[in-house]
Amino acid sequence: MNIFIVIPAYNEGSVIYKNILEIKKYFNNIVVVDDGSTDNTKEQALASEVKVLRHIINRGQGASLRTGINYALKNGADIIVTFDADGQFNPEEINPLITELNSGQYDIILGSRFKGTSKVPLLKRQVLFLGTLFTKVITGLNISDTHNGFRVLNRRSAESIKIRQDRMAHSSEILHQTSKLKLKYKEMPVTVKYTEYSKHKGQKISGAFKIFFDLIFK
Amino acid sequence: MLIQYILILIILFIILQIINKKKADNISFREFLFWLIFWVGVGAVVLLPQVTTLVAERLGVGRGADLVVYAGLIFVFYMIFRIFEKQKNIERDISKIVEEIANKEMDK
Repeated sequence: MNIFIVIPAYNEGSVIYKNILEIKKYFNNIVVVDDGSTDNTKEQALASEVKVLRHIINRGQGASLRTGINYALKNGADIIVTFDADGQFNPEEINPLITELNSGQYDIILGSRFKGTSKVPLLKRQVLFLGTLFTKVITGLNISDTHNGFRVLNRRSAESIKIRQDRMAHSSEILHQTSKLKLKYKEMPVTVKYTEYSKHKGQKISGAFKIFFDLIFK
Repeated sequence: MLIQYILILIILFIILQIINKKKADNISFREFLFWLIFWVGVGAVVLLPQVTTLVAERLGVGRGADLVVYAGLIFVFYMIFRIFEKQKNIERDISKIVEEIANKEMDK
């Protein structure tokens, strides 16, 4: 089975090498999409000997995922895993999700930080809760974590989900399409580590307003 | 009235710009014609505001000035909508190009 790990990365030069090596313990087909980083993300990723697609300008995480997923599909991926470059996720947890996808014949497995034991900062938890409410109203899906970058898709769902949102709203978009296309989905617990690096680097709470705006107008 | 002079000056300035744009071939003839008629129309309203009152009364708005504001608002909102759509398409095109370049660069 052809498994591809797609990693969007923007200015992750200081950690990406180390994080990719962790993933390489389990998987060979890794595609990093360097989203117009202004640091040495590309060089660091190349040093870890993975495929690197470079956006010459920053287009956002949604666009990066689209680039990476299209590449994986073109190269015969049966299963595509989307994963973050910042080390918040644990690569050990990829395989159990893939196993679940295969055994349960799901189209898409969504990682959820709220199903497991992750310690999510309070404010973050509340904003993400609003996200789940919004998703429930719009799609009817009962998702506990709507903005989690850890997902496993089979080929069918990767082909049929069309990411149109270039920026952060793609997470909601993937869910909307999961609902619209009637894909068989399941949420599974994943660990999300809130390190100093990720807190500094990650999305700010104010980003939620931008996502809301994008979802309505784009 | 003084306000009429000021507005007419501004409108003349805008029309001049439109003519310059057309000369530089920045806009199509259709666009040129549309904006020219539009601003000449605005100029006419400024010079003969009573015309709008005539129309406004027919439509049941009451005051001509109100009608102008309503029409202006609708026009502006519609334009914003159009620009939004256009910008969205441009963004999508840019992303497509960026993706294409990323693939091409990797193949090298």
